[in-house]
Amino acid sequence: MKTENNKGWFFVLPVLILVAFNALIPMMTVVNYSVQETFGDNVFFWQGLDWFEQILRSDRFHAALGRQFLFTFLILIIEIPLGIAIALAMPRKGFWVPVCLVTMALPMLIPWNVVGAMWNIFTLPDIGLLGYFFNHVLGIEYNMTQSPLAAWMTIVTMDVWHWTSLVVLLAYAGLVSIPDAYYQAAKIDGASNWSVFRYIQLPKMKNVLTIAILLRFMDSFNIYTEPFVLTGGGPGNSTTLLSIDLVKIALGQFDLGPAAAMSLIYFAITLLVSWLFYTLMTKDDLN
Amino acid sequence: MQKRSIVPIVYILFLLLPIYWLVAMSFKTTNEILSGFSLFPQTFTLENYKVIFTDPTWYWGYINSIIYVSLNTVISVAVALPAAYAFSRYRFLGDKQLFFWLLTNRMAPAAVFALPFFQLYSAVGLFDTHLAVALAHCLFNIPLAVWILEGFMGGIPKELDETAFVDGYSFPRFFATIFIPSIKAGVGVAAFFCFMFSWVELLLAKTLTAVYAKPIAATMTKTASSAGYELGLLAAAGTLTIIPGAIVIYFVRNYIAKGFAMGRV
Repeated sequence: MKTENNKGWFFVLPVLILVAFNALIPMMTVVNYSVQETFGDNVFFWQGLDWFEQILRSDRFHAALGRQFLFTFLILIIEIPLGIAIALAMPRKGFWVPVCLVTMALPMLIPWNVVGAMWNIFTLPDIGLLGYFFNHVLGIEYNMTQSPLAAWMTIVTMDVWHWTSLVVLLAYAGLVSIPDAYYQAAKIDGASNWSVFRYIQLPKMKNVLTIAILLRFMDSFNIYTEPFVLTGGGPGNSTTLLSIDLVKIALGQFDLGPAAAMSLIYFAITLLVSWLFYTLMTKDDLN
Repeated sequence: MQKRSIVPIVYILFLLLPIYWLVAMSFKTTNEILSGFSLFPQTFTLENYKVIFTDPTWYWGYINSIIYVSLNTVISVAVALPAAYAFSRYRFLGDKQLFFWLLTNRMAPAAVFALPFFQLYSAVGLFDTHLAVALAHCLFNIPLAVWILEGFMGGIPKELDETAFVDGYSFPRFFATIFIPSIKAGVGVAAFFCFMFSWVELLLAKTLTAVYAKPIAATMTKTASSAGYELGLLAAAGTLTIIPGAIVIYFVRNYIAKGFAMGRV
């Protein structure tokens, strides 16, 4: 049982100061921009909620948001089941366990722009391994800079390559925490593989899977560097996800007001969806 | 048993293919890369690596990255330790709200903060220093460190604290000599994740630096655009960025998964 002790605040004070410095001041700057108009020279005019209205009504924002949801949906629908399947098939003990874990974690430790550059080199139509394989061995035309479909398949594959291991590691951690006695009991009862999975393994993985889904949602929803380096949002606007569009508006066109309003809407959507996931996945525990 | 291991093997091959291609490219000459497809380097060269190790703008990129990543890891873990202790042992006014608020900072897209961060760190005179990047990365690393450490601390029975206090240990002495050693694994995991997320992040690191603290990742993007299409050099630089992560992960391989598994949800 925890003790009631407001001294706890002293312990969290350093964390509070550092995070508040980094979170609150920039956030206030964003809020400040979002309700004003500027023509440079630090002259600002009150704009009210106009920018928010403009963003919420703009087709460009809807299109980017749509692409963003599609991307995140594809990522979750592919990476979560795939990660679970790989974790189930992994060895539980022995020499190969650390080998598997280390190689699987490798993609996550590569700087994000290097990931983009690496996949760029990998998929170049005539001199990249994958590009060459498709174009010259299979005879299927594959060029990211021309076909939106190829660009989408590439960024999704890249993300699967980059982050499925996170799901694998978490699911695996959940699996190894199941005592052997559970499996023995299931064996005596003559349980099928499916029921072992459904009634023993899945419930035991629930907590870690909640973390995996939340992290994958947040990170794929906020993804910027990798697709930016790989496709630059193209061809056309076909892979311009929310973050890429936001940076285009903020730094490319220097429209600070609309960019700030868009940031806040973006953040609010991320928070809302994360909260929904969190409540849905933990509601059984509360009852 | 044998049939089952096909899945991880295929997956690992899939993971290694692009990495192999990057490494293979780094040993090719620019001429060979552009002249056509070859599965292995035909004219094996170390020229690309030589450029990186002799040109200060290149190798300082690595040193800069390692400085701010280490700085960030130390700061994040140091401040997260007492906070995680408070969350795991005490109930205090607003503790749950505070914990959730900390986690929400991981949800903020870095793109949202790029410009305000630039203004903030310019205003306090830290722009283009290693400290600026290290502090900025605290935004998402401290919440993560608190989350992981709190999970590990929850696994230590409270009797440990009580016994130590009865034995006459002062709080700081108990914390440093008894408590921290007993969650060594947790500290390792938290440090690993801080290292990882600080090492791979580019957007903020690039925004907050210009010359003196420029990270390797930014050197790569600038060189890529200024020197034309020097794919071999880019590949060599990329290959070298994989190494620090691979070393770190080897040391914590048995704890990485556990770190998240024990966190509270």
